[in-house]
Amino acid sequence: MLPGVQDAVALGLTEAEYALVAGKLGRPPNQVELAMFSLMWSEHCSYKHSRKLLRTLPTEGPRVVMGPGENAGAVSVGDGLVCVFKVESHNHPSAVEPFQGAATGVGGILRDIFALGARPIAVLDSLRFGEPDSERSRYLLDRAVAGIGHYGNSIGVPTVGGEVYFEDAYETNCLVNAMAVGLVREDAMIRSAASGPGNAVVLFGASTGRDGIGGASVLASAEFGADDAAKRPSVQVGDPFEEKKLLECSLELLERGLLVALQDLGAAGLTSSASEMASKGGVGIDLDVARVPLREADMEPFEIMVSESQERMLCVCAPERVDDVLAVCAKWEVHGTAIGSVTDTGRMRILRGGEVVGDLPVAGLVDDCPLYDLAPERPAPGLYPPPRAVLGQEATPRDALLALLASPNIASRLPLFEQYDWLVQSRTVRRPGEADAAVLQLPGGGGLAVSIDANGRRVAADPYTGTAAAALECASNLACAGAEPLGTTNNLNFGNPEKPHIAWQLTEAVRGLGDACRALGAPIVGGNVSLYNEGLEGPIYPTPVVGMVGELPDVARAGRLGFAAEGDAIALVGWRAAPSLAASELAKLRGEPLPDGLEEIDVAHVVGVQAAIREAVRAGALRSAHDVAEGGLLVAVAECCLAGGLGARLDLGAPAAPATPWERLFGEQAGGFVVSGPSAALTALGERIPAELIGTVGGDALEVRLGGERVHAGLAELRAAHAALAALFT
Amino acid sequence: MRFGVVQFPGTCDDRDALLACRQAGEAELLWHGDADLRGVDAVVIPGGFSYGDYLRVGAIARFSPVMEAVTAFARAGGPVLGICNGFQVLCEAGLLPGALLPNLERRFICRQLAIEVVDAGTPWTCALAEGQVLSIPAKHTTGRWYAPPELLGDVRVVFRYARDANPNGSTDAVAGVASAAGNVVGLMPHPEHAIDALRGSVDGLGVFASAAAVPAGA
Amino acid sequence: MAEPDGRACVRARVLIRPKAGILDPQGVAVEQALPALGFTGVSDVRIGRLIELELDDPAQLEAMCERLLANPLIEDYEIVGR
Repeated sequence: MLPGVQDAVALGLTEAEYALVAGKLGRPPNQVELAMFSLMWSEHCSYKHSRKLLRTLPTEGPRVVMGPGENAGAVSVGDGLVCVFKVESHNHPSAVEPFQGAATGVGGILRDIFALGARPIAVLDSLRFGEPDSERSRYLLDRAVAGIGHYGNSIGVPTVGGEVYFEDAYETNCLVNAMAVGLVREDAMIRSAASGPGNAVVLFGASTGRDGIGGASVLASAEFGADDAAKRPSVQVGDPFEEKKLLECSLELLERGLLVALQDLGAAGLTSSASEMASKGGVGIDLDVARVPLREADMEPFEIMVSESQERMLCVCAPERVDDVLAVCAKWEVHGTAIGSVTDTGRMRILRGGEVVGDLPVAGLVDDCPLYDLAPERPAPGLYPPPRAVLGQEATPRDALLALLASPNIASRLPLFEQYDWLVQSRTVRRPGEADAAVLQLPGGGGLAVSIDANGRRVAADPYTGTAAAALECASNLACAGAEPLGTTNNLNFGNPEKPHIAWQLTEAVRGLGDACRALGAPIVGGNVSLYNEGLEGPIYPTPVVGMVGELPDVARAGRLGFAAEGDAIALVGWRAAPSLAASELAKLRGEPLPDGLEEIDVAHVVGVQAAIREAVRAGALRSAHDVAEGGLLVAVAECCLAGGLGARLDLGAPAAPATPWERLFGEQAGGFVVSGPSAALTALGERIPAELIGTVGGDALEVRLGGERVHAGLAELRAAHAALAALFT
Repeated sequence: MRFGVVQFPGTCDDRDALLACRQAGEAELLWHGDADLRGVDAVVIPGGFSYGDYLRVGAIARFSPVMEAVTAFARAGGPVLGICNGFQVLCEAGLLPGALLPNLERRFICRQLAIEVVDAGTPWTCALAEGQVLSIPAKHTTGRWYAPPELLGDVRVVFRYARDANPNGSTDAVAGVASAAGNVVGLMPHPEHAIDALRGSVDGLGVFASAAAVPAGA
Repeated sequence: MAEPDGRACVRARVLIRPKAGILDPQGVAVEQALPALGFTGVSDVRIGRLIELELDDPAQLEAMCERLLANPLIEDYEIVGR
């Protein structure tokens, strides 16, 4: 019996979209066709609410090898090598089952990397949970971290960086974004475009089960209700061992020159992989679902086509190469099966044995999903409730410093990073906590620096400025390591874009991201969109996660964040005016409501400051460099003390009106840095950019004078406060 | 000196071990499916998750064809080093005493550690000094070495975690042990990840240099 | 039970648990978690594995356990439901 319009609506299509589908087919779709259309026309696969916006982003530059549209973006890193990278979300699966959700998130992004022929060399992650005083948040954190570690560690790809924030706005809708970075010789890259009618289509990897059926359209694109327990059976389970074999097998297939095209299976499984391969190549594909190895024998054709079973790849090869392909699969103990062939029909034909069970135009399926305009409308202030106050008005600056260091958004991430293998593959020159960006060695002495960042609270206060700040922060992190940005990836985690205020957040954020990346010369080469992130109490903070890759000429001079030598001078660099407490971490601890708008950033100035820092690091002039972020100047200096095991004495003079001591000590603003080194070097830096000598490295305490204010905290006290997250993992 | 580095499905630190061996000699990969060591002078079984650590760490890998050849090579006195998962495989294969249990904290731990050389009389430690403390990272979930009390007295302990550095709760802070003859050594920390000052430490080089310093056939 | 080709086929279960005296941190964690949920009077929690298999010759099961399924140094096994 043919499904009807009500089935289409249940699968997430609108009535109008259903009518369009029927028009494209010239008849009502059958079950297989409707399932395939509903997935390909879901937000997750079609970007129907975001594509028009994303077209405004800068995507081109001299180093761009591959922009958005392929499995991942790619930039040239010299010597014929290409760095491939992308960030992707696995939010809803992680909220349902955090261990498997996070694990398969890592598995999925890794497949995107090796689908291009690149060996994955690093993983970073970006996590958002509710405040850790909630038992559910602690559970989600614990299991998501374990899941990331389980997958990344087992497959032998180092997790070299990441970030985590805790805010009430993520209490029922956590965010788990994973970024992967790969390396490949440019001439060895492979694309996903199928070509050559008569060529074979080979499925290899895990067998196909009922995992995640409906996942892409139900799990990834529907708002969350209270019934998430019922969704558990459709959660995908990750098998990093299978993926490790799949990775090595894929790379060997490419090394032997056996493949015409390669694609991973992710959201929407075979449907998405095969139809996108056909679309990119302008060809058709016939698939026989009867040849797909199944984990459950009684699966229907539509289930096979939409299954999201993990650890599977699809390749195209010449018919005479099939035996060689299957032999490489056998060597790696990976199951490979020829399941179809490339045609010149421009149609996806799904067969079961000799019977045609689905016949759809590739273009209609992949490219013709209607795109929607957003109806943005700036919300009235007060969209988000103010944070809960944990720091009283009577607190002294010393109290504030210790509270900030212990706050979950600032405390040391070591208890998380110790659960990740950050050193496998022998490239990690700056491990987590050693520098603002992770630094990986390249053959030839140069290096890659990678960073990932987003501050949802600032974006909630001002989507344009907050998003630009996230991109600038990534570039600041790279500058502190001595690296220059090459390219950017992003994952836009937002609420329901059909709501005008979310549409406004999204529109403003994309504008901010585009402007910042244009100014940085760091084009956006790939990314992902995760919309409909809303829990029972409302939308999440809009969270555009930005990942950036940069290069440095000499890893031996990669920067560090920790103070390194007694007697070194310390300078605060980059700011022309006192920073503000608006939307700062201190304001959060004080329970202040989010401001409606942030102070504008002079992006060109910040980019210039970053260049000066980068050049000083590369010249070996600085012994440490650290950007001032959450918690402001005093927290940044304390972090330099803790990373280097050395104290500091600061004399900040008298507060310059109208700034208060609080703003001076804890205000936040893009483009500020704490650097240390010989005072002559810092003075030289001050000839290019604003720089203020503020103190000296030494002793076993952080001592600060600011007018009449005195702050004194021993290193042991600072360290104890900074270790607050350890208690979450006992 | 020619090292062979064994590669199982799921091995992760094979290329790292090759890099380390090449600091001391020549090195090549040995495929798990070949019961042939291609005439190498020393065998390294590297870290990773052979067969996904499924069933029990090292339990499946020990039955692969290459392990028959490694066992014969070890019984004939050939130097064999098992690192992390390699240590687990050698224990499962009965070439080393004891077994590896889950860390007390039940988590994966990746940490730079201080490791003390306890026995410099093996081919993998002869270029080191007893009492020498090495800075070497460890990374594992199942690294708590255990031997029943009645066997403990006979075990040749080669490495111990320095004071307060035991990351997993192993018996007597044991980080690595040797066979009775000393030619087979296994340890949980990763000396192959301590071979370049740029990446944090060079203290692991001595392990590979030791094997290279042993006269062939000795 | 018989397979279509007439072979006898037996379903068996093997329980594997840490040997007495071996510290089982998973078991300890569960034991400590239960009172927090209001379940008192629980002691000696041990976490092991259950292996289910179908085999033609159950007489081989013992040897399978000794050689592969369990590590006799640290684990006890028990064949149940043969």
